[in-house]
Order: sequence, then structure tokens, then C-alpha cells
Amino acid sequence: MAAMAGVGQQWVLVEMVQAFYEAPAYHLILEGILILWIIRLLFSKTYKLQERSDLTLKEKEELIEEWQPEPLVPPVPKDHPALNYNIVSGPPTHIITVNGKECINFASFNFLGLLNNEKVKSAAQSSLKKYGVGTCGPRGFYGTFDVHLELEERLAKFMRTEEAIIYSYGFATIASAIPAYSKRGDINPRKARVTRRFIVVEGLYMNRGDICPLPELIKLKYKYKVRIFLEESLSFGVLGQHGRGITEHFGINIDDIDLISANMENSLASIGGFCCGRSFIIDHQRLSGQGYCFSASLPPLLAAAAIEALNIMEDNPDIFQTLRAKCERIHKALQGISGLKVVGESFSPALHLQLEESCGSRENDVKLLKRVVDYCMNSGIALTQARYLEKEEKCLPPPSIRVVITVEQTEQELDKAASLLKEAAQSVLN
Amino acid sequence: MELHERPRANGCGGARGALRNGFVRGPPGTQINHIVHNGGLYKRPFNEAFEETPMLVAVLTYVGYGVLTLFGYLRDFMRQWKIEKCQNATEREEQKDFVPLYQDFENFYNRNLYMRIRDSWNRPICSVPGAKVDMMERVSHDYNWTFTYTGRVIKDIINMGSYNYLGFAQKTGACQEAAAKVLSQYGAGVCSTRQEMGNLDKHEELEKLVARFLGVESAMAYGMGFATNSMNIPALVGKGCLILSDELNHASLVLGARLSGATIRIFKHNNMQSLEKLLKDAIVHGQPRTRRPWKKILILYLYLDEAHSIGALGPSGRGVVDYFGLDPEDVDVMMGTFTKSFGAAGGYIGGKKELIDYLRTYSHSAAYATSMSPPVVEQIITSVKCIMGEDGTTIGRARVQQLAENTRYFRRRLKEMGFIIYGNEDSPVVPLMLYMPAKIGAFGREMLKRNIGVVVVGFPATPIIESRARFCLSAAHTKEMLDTALKEINEVGDLLQLKYSRRRLVPLLDRPFDETTYEETED
Repeated sequence: MAAMAGVGQQWVLVEMVQAFYEAPAYHLILEGILILWIIRLLFSKTYKLQERSDLTLKEKEELIEEWQPEPLVPPVPKDHPALNYNIVSGPPTHIITVNGKECINFASFNFLGLLNNEKVKSAAQSSLKKYGVGTCGPRGFYGTFDVHLELEERLAKFMRTEEAIIYSYGFATIASAIPAYSKRGDINPRKARVTRRFIVVEGLYMNRGDICPLPELIKLKYKYKVRIFLEESLSFGVLGQHGRGITEHFGINIDDIDLISANMENSLASIGGFCCGRSFIIDHQRLSGQGYCFSASLPPLLAAAAIEALNIMEDNPDIFQTLRAKCERIHKALQGISGLKVVGESFSPALHLQLEESCGSRENDVKLLKRVVDYCMNSGIALTQARYLEKEEKCLPPPSIRVVITVEQTEQELDKAASLLKEAAQSVLN
Repeated sequence: MELHERPRANGCGGARGALRNGFVRGPPGTQINHIVHNGGLYKRPFNEAFEETPMLVAVLTYVGYGVLTLFGYLRDFMRQWKIEKCQNATEREEQKDFVPLYQDFENFYNRNLYMRIRDSWNRPICSVPGAKVDMMERVSHDYNWTFTYTGRVIKDIINMGSYNYLGFAQKTGACQEAAAKVLSQYGAGVCSTRQEMGNLDKHEELEKLVARFLGVESAMAYGMGFATNSMNIPALVGKGCLILSDELNHASLVLGARLSGATIRIFKHNNMQSLEKLLKDAIVHGQPRTRRPWKKILILYLYLDEAHSIGALGPSGRGVVDYFGLDPEDVDVMMGTFTKSFGAAGGYIGGKKELIDYLRTYSHSAAYATSMSPPVVEQIITSVKCIMGEDGTTIGRARVQQLAENTRYFRRRLKEMGFIIYGNEDSPVVPLMLYMPAKIGAFGREMLKRNIGVVVVGFPATPIIESRARFCLSAAHTKEMLDTALKEINEVGDLLQLKYSRRRLVPLLDRPFDETTYEETED
């Protein structure tokens, strides 16, 4: 067997040699060049391989040993203004106890004074007795309570839209709503024809207190075929004859706005947020809103509190007028304080007081304003500076003191606040 | 002893031949992998099993989805040609020439598959989500496109779907009374952020208590568990950092990682060798293209998300760190939620004081989001004190033990019956494999007929052929309730032919729960 194989091999070899002799010259030369090329490639390849794995195991270990990560967090200086929180003992209502001192509250967004309302609290109590505190699950898995459904219906009816959807956290509302409709590829110019375009605006801007020009935006919308998302956290329950927000204020058809999002943490004195609009748009969020599908639902007692607050809003439509009158009053009273200028519309319940002239650096401005705030707090008016994450804001507003007006404040208190601020500005800034 | 990788789900176990089930067993102190801590490694046996999908079942599942897709195309075709009425909402007339808001295919799954079994989800309830729950009855006359409520209430459904591990979802009891008192004193909302005027004394009390409970220096609480992850990971890492994330991490972690702008690399679920290989590569080669060293690697700084495990695992209910007997100081960032075991809402992060101070200053939640509601805070405070035993009773301890007992019992019985159950023996979340799309809907409905509420999940939350039913056990479930549930599951399993498991366990004699030993021997 082996002999046969050997003969076979020999025969093949002879054949090869014969072919070699019989082939034309150019053929041989070509083959020769190819062979040389292959040999060269083989050798140069090993050279490259060597380069890539030039680290021996020992060197790798050394690198691993030496590698030092940055500290997880950089240390924060002890006197950073945002680090030392004010401690409020007791409920943050009209009269508030801050750091042990009793003051009149001009800092919490309790516009309609519903935080301490007895009816709201008793509705929440009965809900607590029936459902306990938490919901123990997201909306999809036994976390949908009848109070949630009721709240959504009531909100949709109040805002006169088709449908509403609630979230358990105000911040998550708009943070989940926008990504549900746009993907990462939407800024790609190549696909300009199929990118969906949105304008996202706030009804009443929290950072500046001014209002967005909605009628012009609607015109732009139809001209350029973009969709409008309206964020109404400050204007819900404030603007408009019945508190329906900026669309009522300007008299615009609510169907023109694609999505309205608001949080229930200001006027409704509860926790959470909601989006309302046409079913076509809202239904999509029920499956793709991340903060809705993957997160536990709103505790029922907070939903019940919100329903009761809505009832109060519907039954007393004149509180909005009262609130606006108070805003106008204090807006006028705060004009002309030397050293501070008022920023915000006259009917906005959240004003900013900025320094007329900055001292040069943001840090020093903040310190100066803190002294004004401390002066006021020591004399019985609770104020706060508007807080931002400095690195994250695209257009960081200048440091300012936030003044919040609520329906619970009496006229004397408003006047007292205005005069106290004048005094404080005088003593600190001059 | 090797840690078995999770078998592929396509049923092809060719090379491995006879070894189909990934059982990992080892005597205590087994050197399983390279985590060196406390001088030893795993101090207790780590029993996790992921039985392979039987081949026939996998094939049939694909066939099922294929048929559904075909029918889906057919129905879409009929809808487009107006042969069939189109039931879902449409765009406004004035805006018809705007760029369409949704892509057609995104909705294909929604219209044709999800819609058919939609009644298994979003079931509305109207009582406390405890061990038994009342559900509002709803019917649909147009195949789930719309629902109407009949007004009747189905009472006393055994609740195996709510995350109520320690049974704190109650409407009576010490926690509820304390919460009621705080509600009448403080009101329901807060109307301000933590950094402005929203930091109540209750919040400070809560944070100190949580820090003590976890055994860390300091802690910070937030109003929503999801937001805790998605807003704080960007505060801790940014560009130039590397995040090594487990394959099956929750959506909030994935979102937080994406928002931070760091590079993300994924390692296979629970596979330590894959993780280590990635780590070595990362350190040696640095950032891609520039080869600069990484600034921070977020797994070397260990970020532990204990949303479900806090309260539910461990002999004293302190979570997975307690379960393995490790030192909480070794975990850099401990995160968890209050929604599951404490019957409230919200999340927390615990760690060293510098970390928490940094978060207090630079976290999105602290600066922009309203603080937690006072009655919710009170509920957490009371329940944590109860678990720690500081309220003077042993209720907390009893509940933790009851949960562990229930878990072991339930899992063992289900395995005996022949179902395929995934996961670790001590985990109170029990996934039962269903695989086929039609069985998802059928299982949910049949169990509801028998007065048991279960959760079923399918694509896209799970891989397409691995749809499952998920039972969440609770310390509030009594043995009778579990037995009733098991009986019904057995019946439905026979009816729907769900008993896929090839490996039957020999039934053990019922042993009373012994606190000191955590291993079970199998013969």
C-alpha cells in the first residue's frame, strides 16, 4: 500500500518536472515573481503581528498595576452654596420654619395655596386608608389603579383634549415624552426629508419669567411643518381665565398644539406630571415612554390629592384672577429697588431679582445675593436663590433671587416683602 | 469547577452533547472566579439554572410568530384597502402633510401582535396591592381595541404580580398610621426642589436612617427610582470614561449610561470571565483610537443597582451585599429603590460622604426636581425601622424569613411539576417559561379565570422566543395561598402543555426552614 503510494507520488513529481520544462518562459517568470511576493508578504506579516502584541504579559500586568483612575468624584468645597441646604421643619406652607426661624414663604411654588388645604388632605387620607402608600409596580403590571384612570380622565376633560397620561415624577414627564418621539438619527441632515421636526417651548419660562409668543409659533408651525411641544409647568393653573394655561390665555385652539406637558407639583400641590393631547400622540407614550413603562406608578394618595385640587380649581375660577392681581401688585412694588432689577412678566407668579451690575464673577454675585436673602430671612421673609447646575445649562441665566407669589399671601405681606427687599438691597449693596 | 455560560436559546446544544442544563454547584468556598475578597470567594453555593430551550419548542415558537406576521400583513393590507375598518387613532387632517410621526414598522408589532393580547397588561385594580387584590372587570367587544368597564369588581385575586416582597403594601398597621399623621401635618406635596426650599427635616431623617441601614457613610434619597439611575450616572461619569454594563441591565441604567456620554461596553450576563477580559483589554489599550488611559471605569468603581434585592435578599434584608456576606464599604455606589420592598416610592444612593456631597451639589434631581412627598418618606422610615427591628417588634425579621421560605418552597414545587424555571434558587422573582406567543395570552387569561393574577412578558422585554410568566413572591403570601396558586398553575400547565422540562427533580421531604444552613442537597 505504501509502496503504491510512493510510486504514485513519484509519478506526480515526474509530471510536475515535465510540466516545468515544457512551460513557456514568461509563465515561469511570472510564477517566480508571484512566489517571491508571497514569501515577502509572509515575512512582513509576522513583523506586523509582532508590533501589535508587543506587550508581554508582564508588561500588561504592570500597566494594570499602575493605572490609577480619577477619583470617583472630585471633592466639593465645604462652602459651596448648593451644598448646605436650608432645613425646613414642618410643612412648607404659607408660614414656614426655615433653619429654626419662622418666615412668610415666598419661595415654594405653591401658587394656589393648595398645599395646606383641608379638603385636599382629607381626600389623600381616605385614599391612604384604602390603598396604602405605594403601588408596588409599573402601570403595565398591576400598578394601574382606578384613581390613576380617574385623574387622567379629569385632566383630559379639564384641558379639553382627548387624552392625558400621568407620570410619577415631574422631571421624568418631559424627559420621557420627547425621546419617545425622536430618535438619535433625527438630527441627520442626509435624512432631512424624513426627520421629524419639533419645537419645544415653555409656556412660562421658569428661568426668566417671560411668556412664549404662542400665536407666532403656531403660524411658524404650519409654514414649516413642525410640531409643537409645550411645557406648561408654571403656566398650568396660573394663566388663562380658568387656569388652563397659555392656550387659554391666548385663545388658541388646543388641537393646534401637539403635546402639552406639565407637572403637578406647582399649582396642583401634588407630585408627578402629565402630558395631554390627541390620542394619536399620547397613546404612543404608553408603550414607549421610558418613565411610564419602566417605573412604578404614582402613589394613589398623591393622585387623589391632585383630583381634589382639580375640583377646587374648577369650583373657584376666580382664584386665578386674584393671583394675577397680587402678581401685578408686587411687580409694581419691586420696581425701583436700587441695585436689583425685576425680570419677568407682570402676571408671572415667579419673578427673578437680578443684580443690576454684576461684581465681575458669578461666585461673588452669588455670595452677594446670599447676603440679601439672609437679611430677609432673618426678618421673616423666606426667599431662595434660583439654583442651576452650572455645567449643564446651555445659556446659564445670571444669578438671581426667586420671588414666588401665592394666593395665600395677604396684601400687607406683599408690601412687607417689597419694603424688606428694598431695605436689604440698601444695606447689602450700597 | 467552571461557571457554565448561559446556553444559547436556539436549542442547538450540539457540541456539548449530553450536558444540557447549566447547573452550578460547588461546596462552600469553591474557587469559582477571580473576585478576591474577604479572603474567600463565594461562601455559599451559588445555585443558578438556565435550562436550555427544547428544540421542538423553539421551532414551533418561530412558526407561531411567522404565522402571526403573515396574518399581520394580510390585515394591514385589508385595512389599507378599506376592507376592514381602521381602529387606531390617526393624524389630524390639517397636519396630514407633515413628516409622519411614527414609522410604520414600529407600529406593526403594536397593531398586530400586541393588540391581540393587550388585556393581559394594564389591568386596573381598586384595592391595596397586597397578597390579595381586587380588580375592576373590563371587557372588550372589538378584540381589545377599546375596553369598557362593566362596573363589577373581581374580589380577592391572589396577587403574584406586584413587587411587594416584604408585604409592606398595607392599608392598616404602624406604617400606614404614621404616614397618615405626617400627611395631616405636612400635606401631600412639597412644591420646591431640594436645593431651594424643599429640604424638609423628614428628608434629613430618612437619609441618615438609610445610611445606617445599608452600613455606609451617607445616603441621598430621590423621588423616583428610574430617575435616580438616569440622572446620577451622568453626574458621575462623562466623556473619556468607560462603563462596563451587564447585558441584561435595566432600562434606567442603560439610559443613564447613554446620557452620560461615556463609552459603553457590554459583558455577558453574570459571566465574570467576559468581564475580566474586557477590563484587561480596556486598561492595556486605553481609549479607542487615542490610546489615552481611561479616566474612570465604572465597574471598577462598582455601581450596584439593588432595586429589587434590597429588603428581599439576605438574612437581615439588607440586599445582595448581605446575602453574600460582603462588606458594604467595598461597593462604591450602592443604589436601590423604595418601591419594591418598602411599599413606597423613590430611590436612593449610598456611599462615602464625598460621593454624596458631590451628588447633593451636582445632581439633576437635587437642583431641578421636586423633593419627595412627606407621607411617602414617613412610610419608608417606618418600614426600614421595622426591618431593622428598631420599632421594638420582630415583624421585620419574621417577614424576611417568611419570604425566603416562600421562595424556596414555591420554586421547588414548580420544578417538581416539570416547568422550566430560570434563575437563582433564592430569588423571589420566579420566571416560568412559556415560549409560544399564543400561550402568553392564554396563560394570563386562564389564571385570571381561576382568580390568580400573574404577569406575563414577551418581546421586546425578553428575547423573541423566550416569553415568560413572572411570579413575584411576597412575605404576605401564606402557605395556603401558595398551595392554591400551585394547584391552579399545575392545572393550567397541563391544559396549555407548559411542562417542558426534561429534568425532573426528585421531590424532597418537606423540611422546616433552618436558618443556619443555606444549601439543599439533591440526590
